[in-house]
Amino acid sequence: MKILVCISHVPDTTSKINFTDNNTKFDTNGVQFVINPYDEFCLTRAMWFKEKQGASVTVVNVGGAETEPTLRKALAIGADKAIRINANPTDSFQVASELSEVVKKGEFDLVLTGKESADYNGQMVPGMLSALTNFNFINGCVGIEIEGTNVSATREIDGGNETLSSSLPIVIGGQKGIVEEKDLRIPNMRGIMMARKKPLEVVEPIGSTSATNIQSFEKPAPKGAVKLIDSNNVDELINLLHNEAKVI
Amino acid sequence: MSVLVFADSSEGKFKKSAFEVVSYGKKIAEQLNTNIVAVTINADDSSELYKYGAEKVVTVSNDSLTIFNAKQYGAVITEVAKAESATVVVIDSSIDGLYLAPLVAVNLEAGCISNAVELPSNVSPFTIKRKTFSNKAFSNTVISTDVKVIGLAKNSFGIYENVVSGTTESFEAALPDAGVKSEKIEKVTGKVTIADADIVVSGGRGLKGPENWGMIEELADVLGAATACSKPVSDLGWRPHGEHVGQTGKPVASNLYIAIGISGAIQHLAGINASKVKVVINTDADAPFFKAADYGIIGDAFEVVPELIEKLKAFKTA
Ligand SMILES: Cc1cc2nc3c(=O)[nH]c(=O)nc-3n(C[C@H](O)[C@H](O)[C@H](O)COP(=O)(O)OP(=O)(O)OC[C@H]3O[C@@H](n4cnc5c(N)ncnc54)[C@H](O)[C@@H]3O)c2cc1C
Ligand SMILES: Nc1ncnc2c1ncn2[C@@H]1O[C@H](COP(=O)(O)O)[C@@H](O)[C@H]1O
Repeated sequence: MKILVCISHVPDTTSKINFTDNNTKFDTNGVQFVINPYDEFCLTRAMWFKEKQGASVTVVNVGGAETEPTLRKALAIGADKAIRINANPTDSFQVASELSEVVKKGEFDLVLTGKESADYNGQMVPGMLSALTNFNFINGCVGIEIEGTNVSATREIDGGNETLSSSLPIVIGGQKGIVEEKDLRIPNMRGIMMARKKPLEVVEPIGSTSATNIQSFEKPAPKGAVKLIDSNNVDELINLLHNEAKVI
Repeated sequence: MSVLVFADSSEGKFKKSAFEVVSYGKKIAEQLNTNIVAVTINADDSSELYKYGAEKVVTVSNDSLTIFNAKQYGAVITEVAKAESATVVVIDSSIDGLYLAPLVAVNLEAGCISNAVELPSNVSPFTIKRKTFSNKAFSNTVISTDVKVIGLAKNSFGIYENVVSGTTESFEAALPDAGVKSEKIEKVTGKVTIADADIVVSGGRGLKGPENWGMIEELADVLGAATACSKPVSDLGWRPHGEHVGQTGKPVASNLYIAIGISGAIQHLAGINASKVKVVINTDADAPFFKAADYGIIGDAFEVVPELIEKLKAFKTA
């Protein structure tokens, strides 16, 4: 089985979000970048396929040279090979189009993506990629098993879970549950040493254009101070929620 | 030209989000000087949508579509969009909506934005504000293609009555091969889900253990609310994973969010920013949640919550 894991390079979840250039650019100053948390779950699941069933694992990112440490980290976790498509990601359609080229050329059977990226939060790339490659598609996966070319996967739905069957080739949008937090792999010394020798291939983009573009960013308006209510006076809270906030 | 909205239903009944996308689509149609068309799949009573401004409803009834299938639902919306020459397609941002939107966008060669929070601020260039950076910011994004797909964030626009005398037409859609087959659906029944809830009651590690969730459930019960929790609570197995809210969990966009024994870490707040009114109950006056909340009680949950339940019961029966 040939597995491709799509890795998005995003600000660490604790990052304070600021903008520069008249609110047109994300301010990367002091921001630490990491593998998108959802993608990390997928990468670990890919390693299990590799170890238990035999598979090759390639990771791919659409991004500039600054994302290479993130790809190296994925190699240190155990991926066999990394590809960087040398283009600045501008929107989900452009990213999905670039990724679809790699998917087609590499003859991958299983494409794992995160359900969502923590920066632009489009939740669009996996679906677009499935449509562009004509692969089957299951999003929001919390579990997946593959035997031969048969796929059984569970996805989260409102208020529960749905188990689905399908076949390879497939695009899976994964999240926590596909592996658990405690199972997440972190690079060890040996992995880091080995990663240095693994191939990180840089490919030029096919030059797909984006369908959307960001004009400016805004931060939420600052919130008024909290109204404190005495703990011996919960009636006042009920009163405020009913008469002032009008939510009960 | 028209604006097409997908009014989603479950077991024949419209979801609340259906009325919201119709209300929203109606306003966009006005901005564009065109008409709105709503498409429904296996919904019982399409005329309910007239109340929110849908002048025309296209109904698709097909037993093969009883269970959601993204590819087939996507094909239905695409076919109707083409038949109605839609230039804007609006879909909600539910789990299924977000699953569908990119497929419809590729089918229609349309630019797509998800998590839109407002009407377009400009229709030429077509500019919409959306949530980004895990709810820590917004972006004003231009869609540059002829056809536009918009995923509307839940509870961000609201539901507005706008009664029109509408018409309903049925539509025969050609379905593509499903590609994926639903084998089993497991749903907690009789419980309000986080996605649908107007009110969410959420507990954190401050509650000490799973045995103390009785009062959280009782409070939720009194309020007709869904229950939720912070990430460590689900990691510790005190509560099911489906209840974990935050940046890496479920987003909450309710009218009221009540956080009990939750410190208010940045990753937790990222998931609940979109809730309208936030209440915190915490022993520690310095807990960061007090900076994010609208109302707060500095106090012990084990004293405050039982009392709140009693007082709310009295309030509800009064
Ligand atoms: C990559 C990453 C992603 C993450 N994603 C998420 C996420 O999606 N969602 C999420 O929730 N967290 C997330 N976290 C974890 C987050 O950083 C916090 O650790 C977590 O939210 C804390 O949970 P808590 O508030 O329940 O517990 P704590 O931080 O332990 O807080 C407990 C609170 O309870 C209060 N308390 C104690 N006793 C009482 C009492 N008797 N009555 C009232 N109050 C009391 C305390 O004062 C304290 O404020 C993430 C972390 C990382 C690193
Ligand atoms: N620039 C990128 N390079 C590689 N994969 C990406 C990129 N952007 C998004 N993805 C993948 O698509 C998923 C969903 O991203 P999004 O649609 O942006 O929310 C991520 O979790 C990644 O797996």
